[in-house]
Amino acid sequence: MSKYLVDKFLFTIDRDPELVERYREQPRETVEWWEAERANAVLNCHAGEASTWLRFTDEEREALTAHDHVKLFELGAHPFLTLTLFIAMFERDHGPLEYQKAYGARLAHFNLPYPDIAT
Amino acid sequence: MAEVVAVIASTHHPFYYRASTSTGEDRPPFADEWVRKITAFRQTLTRANPDVLVMVGSDHFHQLWLDNMPQFLVGKAPFYDANWYNEEREFGLPRMLLKGQEDLSAHILRAGLDEGFDLAFSNELRIDHSVTCPIITLRPEADLPIVPIYTNIFAPPLPQPKRFVQLGQAIREIVESWPSHLRVAVIGTGHLSLELGGPRQFGPHGPDPEFDQKAVEWIATGDLDRCLAEVTLDSLHSPGNATHGFMDFMLMMGVAGAGQKADYVDSLDLFHTMEAYFTWYPNGAPR
Repeated sequence: MSKYLVDKFLFTIDRDPELVERYREQPRETVEWWEAERANAVLNCHAGEASTWLRFTDEEREALTAHDHVKLFELGAHPFLTLTLFIAMFERDHGPLEYQKAYGARLAHFNLPYPDIAT
Repeated sequence: MAEVVAVIASTHHPFYYRASTSTGEDRPPFADEWVRKITAFRQTLTRANPDVLVMVGSDHFHQLWLDNMPQFLVGKAPFYDANWYNEEREFGLPRMLLKGQEDLSAHILRAGLDEGFDLAFSNELRIDHSVTCPIITLRPEADLPIVPIYTNIFAPPLPQPKRFVQLGQAIREIVESWPSHLRVAVIGTGHLSLELGGPRQFGPHGPDPEFDQKAVEWIATGDLDRCLAEVTLDSLHSPGNATHGFMDFMLMMGVAGAGQKADYVDSLDLFHTMEAYFTWYPNGAPR
């Protein structure tokens, strides 16, 4: 389980307008590229001082590839990160607040306590 | 010594800027009432005639990240750029540039460390909507120097609620011990009940109106005893998964002081979350 890495993916994609579009249009290609090229970058260090040990579990990789926000919630991805990025990718295809409400409705089967988001 | 001329606690709603500036069909039906309430709330700061603003908020995974996460951080810089690409994208927030008050930043850091708060600091901080929303609502001229203070209400493990209160109490004492003739307002923003990215988000009201009612009462009456008796890190999951932002309100109750009734209280029931606005005048209401 690498909740931190899932959050890192959501965080680094969300802050880059080009990557938001790339992840929307080509999720599998983006996830595979990111895991190979970016997952181990320490964000305030240069490329020569990257980490060496970070990788997704198969379940995490598949959830990201499938844009499956319900599975990401179940895995304990930070809900703010997921929501912000998914609004950026998909709100445009819906009427006002329609996407946000449907997003919540798809999570209706979760009761308290929600999956732990601590990393 | 410096004088704390106003203590202000508020929600920070990123949709206010767009709602209040939109026109015609784009203007939501609740915008006019919201603007009226904000305009009245703004007067409570204007009347206090502050020179400096201490701004308490929480970075929403913009500059502060899980590889290096401070619990409490004080900005110490001559300027602060503000708002981020994803806030422009989602909320239409403008880019801003605010001046810093470095002498007060240095004083808060030194005195805070000496008081037992191991404060982190930043000499280059880009601030986000937790600080710029109250600038937009309370001081849209954005002309006063600030000291931003960030708290971690976002990335567990979080400090305990009582620690937020203690830090607020310390900030009040520290500002009042600043050797300066300047008039300081302490402004902090948080949330009432709030759900983000979970099943209870974007409902017709906040996810837990009962909690909101109790919370407004605690803040308005300065009832730290009951607030601290009921609020724990665990209990805050129940009103909504982003309700830990309420601890910034608790910090501001600490700044205002236990048992201190707010001089100004207002709220607005919106979809998704309730807005709430509080002002205290520690030395009496300005004339």
